[in-house]
Amino acid sequence: MSALHGNHHGEAHSPDLHGHGDTHGHGSRKGYLIGFALSVVLTAIPFWLVMTGALHNTQATALAVIALAMVQILVHTVSFLHVNTRGEGGWTLLAYMFTAVLVLIVIAGSLWIMYHLNNNMMAMTAGEMSNGM
Amino acid sequence: MSEQSILKAIFGRLTFESFPIHEPILLITFSVVVLGGLGVVAALTKFRLWGYLWKEWFTSVDHKKIGIMYVILGIVMLLRGFADAVMMRLQQALSFGASEGYLPAHHYDQVFTAHGTIMIFFVAIPLVVGIINFVMPLQIGARDVAFPYLNNLSFWLTVAGAVLVMISLFVGEFSRAGWLNYVPVSNLQNSPDTGPDYYLWALQIAGVGTTLSAINMVTTIIKMRAPGMTMMKMPVFCWTAFCSNILAVAIFPVLTAAFACLMLDRYVGTNFFTNDLGGNPMMYWNLVWIWGHPEVYVLVLPAFGIYSEVTSTFTGKRLFGYSSMVYATVVITILSWLVWLHHFFTMGSGASVNSFFGIATMVISIPTGAKIFNWLFTMYRGEIRFELPMRWVVAFMLTFVVGGMTGVLLAVPPADFVLHNSLFLVAHFHNVIIGGVVFALFAGIDYWWPKAFGFKLDPFWGKIHFWGWVIGYWVAWTPMYVAGLMGVTRRVRHLDDATLQPLFVIAAVGALIIAVGIAAFVIQIVVSIIKRDQLRDTTGDPWQGRTLEWSTSSPPPAYNFAFTPVIHDLDAWYDMKNRGYERPVTGYLPIHMPRNTGAGVILSAFALMLGFGMVWYMWWLAGLGFVGLIATAIGHTFNYDRDYYIQPDEVARVEDERTRLLGAGA
Amino acid sequence: MATYAMNGEAAANPTFYLAEEESHDHAHSGGGTMIGFWIYLMSDALIFASLFATYGVLSTSYAGGPSPRHIFELPLVAVNTAILLVSSITYGFAMLAMEENKLGGVRLWLAITALLGMGFVGVELFEFSNLIAEGATPMRSGFLSAFFTLVATHGLHVTVGIIWIGVMLVQLSQRGLHFENKKRLMCLSMFWHFLDVVWIGVFTFVYLLGVLR
Repeated sequence: MSALHGNHHGEAHSPDLHGHGDTHGHGSRKGYLIGFALSVVLTAIPFWLVMTGALHNTQATALAVIALAMVQILVHTVSFLHVNTRGEGGWTLLAYMFTAVLVLIVIAGSLWIMYHLNNNMMAMTAGEMSNGM
Repeated sequence: MSEQSILKAIFGRLTFESFPIHEPILLITFSVVVLGGLGVVAALTKFRLWGYLWKEWFTSVDHKKIGIMYVILGIVMLLRGFADAVMMRLQQALSFGASEGYLPAHHYDQVFTAHGTIMIFFVAIPLVVGIINFVMPLQIGARDVAFPYLNNLSFWLTVAGAVLVMISLFVGEFSRAGWLNYVPVSNLQNSPDTGPDYYLWALQIAGVGTTLSAINMVTTIIKMRAPGMTMMKMPVFCWTAFCSNILAVAIFPVLTAAFACLMLDRYVGTNFFTNDLGGNPMMYWNLVWIWGHPEVYVLVLPAFGIYSEVTSTFTGKRLFGYSSMVYATVVITILSWLVWLHHFFTMGSGASVNSFFGIATMVISIPTGAKIFNWLFTMYRGEIRFELPMRWVVAFMLTFVVGGMTGVLLAVPPADFVLHNSLFLVAHFHNVIIGGVVFALFAGIDYWWPKAFGFKLDPFWGKIHFWGWVIGYWVAWTPMYVAGLMGVTRRVRHLDDATLQPLFVIAAVGALIIAVGIAAFVIQIVVSIIKRDQLRDTTGDPWQGRTLEWSTSSPPPAYNFAFTPVIHDLDAWYDMKNRGYERPVTGYLPIHMPRNTGAGVILSAFALMLGFGMVWYMWWLAGLGFVGLIATAIGHTFNYDRDYYIQPDEVARVEDERTRLLGAGA
Repeated sequence: MATYAMNGEAAANPTFYLAEEESHDHAHSGGGTMIGFWIYLMSDALIFASLFATYGVLSTSYAGGPSPRHIFELPLVAVNTAILLVSSITYGFAMLAMEENKLGGVRLWLAITALLGMGFVGVELFEFSNLIAEGATPMRSGFLSAFFTLVATHGLHVTVGIIWIGVMLVQLSQRGLHFENKKRLMCLSMFWHFLDVVWIGVFTFVYLLGVLR
C-alpha cells in the first residue's frame, strides 16, 4: 500500500508545471556520445566473435553474443530512450519493465511450449517433412 | 482485354453467385435489414437529422458521446449475435436421428463462428469500452480523455470492423473456422472462399481501434486524475479499467501479429501455419491464446469494477477491502499472462508444461475468489437497496461462482483431457461471460443511464429483463453442462443419439426465455424514453452515489466539471457531501476543450474500403483505401487548430440552469 | 489520509475544487502525448516479440530449403547495423539542436538521419532481392517466411520513420520549432531509437545466432 500511497498529490499534474517548455530529460551531448561509443563497441564485438570464430566454441560464442545484446539494449534504453526512474513519475520505467517481462514470457513461453509439443508430437525429421506429406 | 478480365479487374472475385439469393433465410434477413435501413435513412432525412448527427455525434470528441455510441453499437450487435445463438439452439434442438434440422453444414459453421466473433469483439468489447469511456473520466474528475480525437477514431474503426462482418452476411461467406479462425481450417487450401478474409480484415481494423483506445485510457488514468487523487484514492472501477486497458495494450499486438502471419499465408503464400513446407499450425493456437486468455480479463476486470461500484453504492458503505481489491486486480493482470496453455492442454506439450499452466490457472482463481468475499463483506450489515443494478450483482455472485468452480475443474489437466472441446467447456465459458461480464454490463447500463440521460430506466421492464436473463441463462446452460459431461462435443450440427434431444430442447427453451429478457431490455429503453418526465432526476445523484461522476449534473455538461475537483478521500463525492461541500456558482473561467473532427469517420471509411477490397481481390479499391488512409492521416497532422475555449458566460448559463433545477428539486 | 488534510489546511474546511485553473488547460492536449506514445511503443514491442517468437519456433523449419548459414551475408548486415547506429546518433544531434532552438541544425540532422534510414532500407531491399533471386523466397519454407516477415516488419517501421521525418521537415519549415512540433520530434525520437533496440534483437538472434547454428 505504501508505495502507491506515497505519491505526492500533484503527481497527476506535474507536466503542467513545465508548461510549454517541457524539454527535460532528453540527454546531453555527452550522454549521446558515450551511448554511441558503447553501442559501437557492443556491436563490433559480437560481429567479430561470430565472423572470426575467435572463441572456437559455438555455445560460448552464442552466450557471449546474447549477453552483449542484452547489455547493448540497456545502453540504448538509458542513453537514447532516456528511460529513468524520474520520467513521468516513474510510469515510463514501470511500463518498460512490465513490457520486458511480457516480451520474455511471450518468447520464452512460446519456445518452451512449442519445443515440447514438437518433441512429443512430431516423429519426423525436417527432411521427411519436406518430402511432401 | 477480354470482357471477363475487365470484370475481374473491377470486381475481383465478386460475382453474382456471391450474393446468397438461393438461401431463403439470408434473403429474408437481407430484405428486412435493407427495408429497416431504408426506413431509418428516410426518417433521418425527413426530420433533417443528418447534420445534427454529423456535428453533434459522429465527429464528436466528447468522451461521453463516444461512450454512448460504443454502447449503442454493442447493443445493436448483441441483437445480431443473439439471433445467431437462437439459430444454433433451434438447429441443435431439431437435428436428431433422421432429422437434419434446417441449417446446412456450411451455413451452421458460419453461424457459430459469427456468434462467437461478434459477441466478443463487437458486443462485449464495445460495451466495456463504451462504459469505461463514459464513466472513467468523470470518476477521475477529468474533462476528457488524453487523446480525444484518437478516441473518436478508435470508435469508428470498431464500427468499420463491425460493418465488414455484417456485409459478410449478405455478400459472400463468413469464416467457418470458429471464433478464433483456427488453422488449418482457415488455411487457403481448406477455405479458399472469402470467409477467413472477412474475419481477418474485420478484426484487424477493429483491433487497431481497440489498441488505440486502450492506450488512450491508460494515458488518461496516468495523467489526468484530479488533484489529490493518488492511485490508492482512485475508484475501483477506474483501477479495473486501468488494468484491463493495460492488458489490452499488451495483448492486441500479439493477435495482430498472428492474424498478419495468417494473412500472409493466405495472400502471399508464406508457410507460417500451413501443414507443409515447415509451417506449424499449432503456433497459431499458441499466439491467439496468448491474446485469448488475458482477453477474458480485459472484459471481466471492468465488470468486477462495476460490481464494486454498485455494491458500495447500494449498500451505503465504503467498499470492503479496497486495497485487497486493487492488489487482486493487479495480480490478475500479471497472472493472466501465465495461463494461456490451458486452452490447449490436449495438444501434447506433455506433463511438465501442462502442470505449470494448470497450477498457474488454479492460482489465478484465488484473487478472483478474494473479490467475491470483499463484495459479500461489503453487503454484510449494509442497508441494501435492491434497485435494478444491485439485483444484477446478486445474480452475478450466484451464477459466476459456479462458472469459476467449473473453471478450476477444467484447469486440472487430466480432467481437461476428458472435458476439452465438450459442451461442458462451452457451458463453463458462457457461465463466466454471461454471469460475469454480461450481467455487469446490464448493471452498468442500469446504474449509469440516469447519469448519461438525466432519467432512470423503467424498473418494471427492467425486472422482466433481469429475470428473463437470469432464469433463461440457467435453463439454457444447465443442460449443456450435463450434455458435455456425457461427452457431447462443441460445434456439432447433428446428433444421432435421440436420448440426448430433451437436453437440447430445454436449452432452446432457455434461449427463448433469454430472448424475452432481451426484448424486455429494448422495451425498457423505449418505455423509459417515453416516460422520461416521470423518471427524471434533476439532482445528478439519483442513487446517493459515492464517486465524482455523481457530483455533476445529469447529463453532465460538455466540460464535465465547471471547476476541477480536489480529492481527499476514496469515496470523493460522499466525502464532499459529508463535509459541507458547497457548489460554486460564480467565478467561472474559460474552459479549454478539444474541437470536433471528421477525420476519424473518413479514416475508418478508407479502412473499410481497404478491407472490402482485399477480401474480394478488388486491388484498385484496396489501393484507393490504403492511399486514402495514409493521405488523410498525414493531412490531419497539418491541422494545428484543434481546440477552443468555452467562454465563462456560456459556463455560467449552463451552471445557472443547474442551480435552478437543484433549487426546484429541493 | 489525504495529503491535503495534512498540509496545513484545516481539515474542517477543506478545498473541494480549484478556483483557479493553474494551467490545467494543456492536460488534455499535450501532457499525455509522451507517455501515450511510449505506451504505443510498448505495444509495438509486443508485435515484435510475437514475430521473434514465431521466428524462434520456425527457425529450423527449413523444409529442405536453405539454412541461415547458406543465405546470410554478415558483412552486409554489419554495414546495415553501422548505418542504423550512426542514424541514431544523428537523430540525437537533431534533438540537441532542438533544445538549443536551432531550427537549421534540427533540419540538417533530420535530413541526414532520413538519408541514413533510406540507406538502411536500400541495403535491406538489396539483400532481399538477392535472396529471392537465389530461390530463397518467403514462400520456400517456414523459416524463410518468419525471417522475411520479422526483418521486413522492422524495415517497414524504418520506412514509416523516414516518411515521418519528411512530414516533420515540411511542418518545421511551415511553423518552425512550434511547441506541437517539438512534441512530435520527441515522439519521433523515441520511435527511431526504439527501432534501434529492435534491430539489436534482429542482428543478434536472427543473423549472428543463425550463422552460428
